[in-house]
Amino acid sequence: MRIDSIEKLDKWRKECRRTFEAPKRKVIVCLGEGCLANGSEEVFNEFKKLVAEKKIPDVTVESVAKTGCHGFCALGPLVIIEPDGTFYTKVSKGDVAKIVDKTLIGHEIIDKLLYTDAKTAEKVANYEKIPFYARQQRISLRHCGTIDPHKITDYIAVGGYAALGKALTTMTPQQVIDEITKSGLRGRGGAGFPTGKKWATCAKAPADVHYVICNGDEGDPGAFSDRTTMGSDPHSVLEGMIICAYAVGSHQGYIYVREEYPLAVVTLQKAIDEAKQHGLLGEHILGTELSFDIKISRGGGAFVCGESSALMRSVAGEVGEPRAKYIRSVIKGLHDQPTVLNNVETYATVPAIVERGADWFAGIGTKKSTGTKVFSLAGKIKNTGLVEVPMGITLREIIFDIGGGVPDGRKFKAVQTGGPSGGCLPEGKIDLPVDFDSLTEAGSMMGSGGMVIMDDRTCMVEVARYFLSFLVSESCGKCVPCREGLYQLRELCAKVCDGEATEEDLALMERLAKTIKVGSLCGLGQSGPNPFLSTLLYFRDEYLAHIRDKKCPGGVCRKLITYAITDACTGCMACISVCPVHAITGERKKKHVLDKNICDRCGSCYAVCKFDAIEIS
Amino acid sequence: MVQMTINGKVVKAPDGEMLLTVIRRQGIDVPALCDHAAVEPCGSCRMCLVEITREDWNGWKKYVTSCLYPSENGLIVSTHTPELQEIRRNIMDLYLARCPGSELVQKMAEEYGLTRTSYKTIPEGDNCIMCYACTRICEVLGRNAISAVHRGHAKVISGPFDDPPPDCIGCLSCANICPTDVIEWHDQDGTRAIWGRTFDLISCRQCGKGIITRDFAEYLKEKRQIPADYFEICDDCKRVELARKMGGLVDLAKEVAS
Repeated sequence: MRIDSIEKLDKWRKECRRTFEAPKRKVIVCLGEGCLANGSEEVFNEFKKLVAEKKIPDVTVESVAKTGCHGFCALGPLVIIEPDGTFYTKVSKGDVAKIVDKTLIGHEIIDKLLYTDAKTAEKVANYEKIPFYARQQRISLRHCGTIDPHKITDYIAVGGYAALGKALTTMTPQQVIDEITKSGLRGRGGAGFPTGKKWATCAKAPADVHYVICNGDEGDPGAFSDRTTMGSDPHSVLEGMIICAYAVGSHQGYIYVREEYPLAVVTLQKAIDEAKQHGLLGEHILGTELSFDIKISRGGGAFVCGESSALMRSVAGEVGEPRAKYIRSVIKGLHDQPTVLNNVETYATVPAIVERGADWFAGIGTKKSTGTKVFSLAGKIKNTGLVEVPMGITLREIIFDIGGGVPDGRKFKAVQTGGPSGGCLPEGKIDLPVDFDSLTEAGSMMGSGGMVIMDDRTCMVEVARYFLSFLVSESCGKCVPCREGLYQLRELCAKVCDGEATEEDLALMERLAKTIKVGSLCGLGQSGPNPFLSTLLYFRDEYLAHIRDKKCPGGVCRKLITYAITDACTGCMACISVCPVHAITGERKKKHVLDKNICDRCGSCYAVCKFDAIEIS
Repeated sequence: MVQMTINGKVVKAPDGEMLLTVIRRQGIDVPALCDHAAVEPCGSCRMCLVEITREDWNGWKKYVTSCLYPSENGLIVSTHTPELQEIRRNIMDLYLARCPGSELVQKMAEEYGLTRTSYKTIPEGDNCIMCYACTRICEVLGRNAISAVHRGHAKVISGPFDDPPPDCIGCLSCANICPTDVIEWHDQDGTRAIWGRTFDLISCRQCGKGIITRDFAEYLKEKRQIPADYFEICDDCKRVELARKMGGLVDLAKEVAS
């Protein structure tokens, strides 16, 4: 069915809503990547099978629905029973029969599968009461986990494409731009450039062809929010892009997705096909003069292709290398034509702003960073997953209240924000409000919203070395400061880790970092030394401990630590069996002995000991 | 024409002309390793960085590669501030670690007081400074036979997939433009070897010397409308023939005069 007017869209929405809301009770299974990896597809199929067999009066096969990511990836596979909002975690195929019998038929809650609050140790039955969800405010992720990403009818039912209809029929392109400008929306890709300003410049740039590109490259290790949005709510991204196309006068758009996101590619393509089929994409969208098409451009997964000029070269089929941007891409971008490039999250936010108004959006967050931001919580944190919170919320609230803090009773040490080019913030900065400007001021950055949490068993020099290694292998190699400089900086960092560096080396590293920052061609090189500079700024004493005392305070750098067995040893023989160099000897139920001369400090004994009897010094 | 200030001096230049060209016309020596008049600038060596600002920037300044920054009205350019010299020195220090054997690099590094690198010498380093002059000249010829393959620190100039480049015509443009003479080639027994490929040479009909690869001659005939018989005789023999003809003319003139 082709939707060629607003009236038809409204009529269709009513039909979709009827189907969407028809089942009184619903079994929602999360099929986002995290849950999928833990076997949620099997769970989903088992529910379908058993529900069909049991013939429950108010639960039919249609009641079993799959959705995209719910964000709480640490506890997958997730199953939610609506309308009660019963939230089951870590559901396996074997649990399904029990859920069908007890909960669906018997209306009984299974305690074992509920979430346990970390602070109160109480079971929480309803997901809205779990702190992880209760503290969030979802705008960009508004439909993630509530709709089936493969059904356009689900998206229409929850109000999809209404913003597009509003923009096309009641607003001029200039009014759309004004609305986005007034909302204060800043690019969610990391740099935080005002989106309205970008669109206005592109719209004004004289040319016959304007392009709209969505950056779904998301190369930061530890960031996965764009993947989720593309895979769980693809139409929001499409709708945002179509609104942008209307505002800047574009007829062709591209979504640049990395090859490592195969599910997102499939989901997006399905969404594009369905939108085209219904006249929401392609010629004469909603029966208006606007014609706009979107193609998916798959990238090879090079980190540098997240950089705008490299991305555009890659879309054009050339090698993904950046160029000097003294003429900005909004004036001369893809194929030298004016191009708007925004991040997935930015586009997904646009329909909400158009629909609910700039003032509503500007009222959320802080004055200079309005709205909400999605963060990917990873590393040493209890609640690994995706959270969307208002800008200006503190790191403490994100990490401890929502994220549940550091697991295994360890102490929080630092949080790495903004991906490899971002920086590490120490405990002293935990009450920092999270917005574009505060993070930059503190020596880190927003980036794509990745947060890697580290505990006290982390060596900050080793962290810097790790991120520098990532950047060395991802540098495109075009300019000297980045290609040679980052390599040398990494080598020097490794020298510190090995306890072989001197204080002159540290001074050399600081000089080199400045040259790389100032001298590099693109953002990758210019922000490349950040892992080193921010760890040095907040953890200089750790660098000095490696250099002066030949000690690694985090107990990580192999050349600077020794292992020993304490009196807590129960003589369980576990460490003896895993030691690859046979450095540990002893008998059952007697304290074992570790020979420091043989030990090669691999840490296997430490990992396997259940009695905390291995000491690192 | 636009008006700018370079190192305190008011300078006029065509609108959009790259700063490096304007600066050098003023007799100011800004170093560059990847710049070459025959090819488009690419900004890879970063030695030509200059500091720019404007009256209305309220003291804010930034560093740009002058080879790629177009002239515009009101720019205030500084080319040799202590910060810039420090950056250039550090870059040469990095080059020295990568290409310790290159005379060009040694000479330029010496200008910044460097005789040996502060960094670890790279074991697999050679004299290639990755200036892309070779790939850019190949692009000018429309062949694009060679390019940079791999990424980052492992990047090398080579054919596609690091194999001998199928689109190479053995024209030697890359070897001729290379500032560090790192591209190897040799002519032997009527053939030319370069980039792992061997090309047939057209031999001079008179002296037998190799003139040009058959592939390059075909390319020139097609692209530059050069007559088919142009490459039958080498330049030396052509000169000899011309001299003979000229000599004949002199004899003829003498005959006419007498």
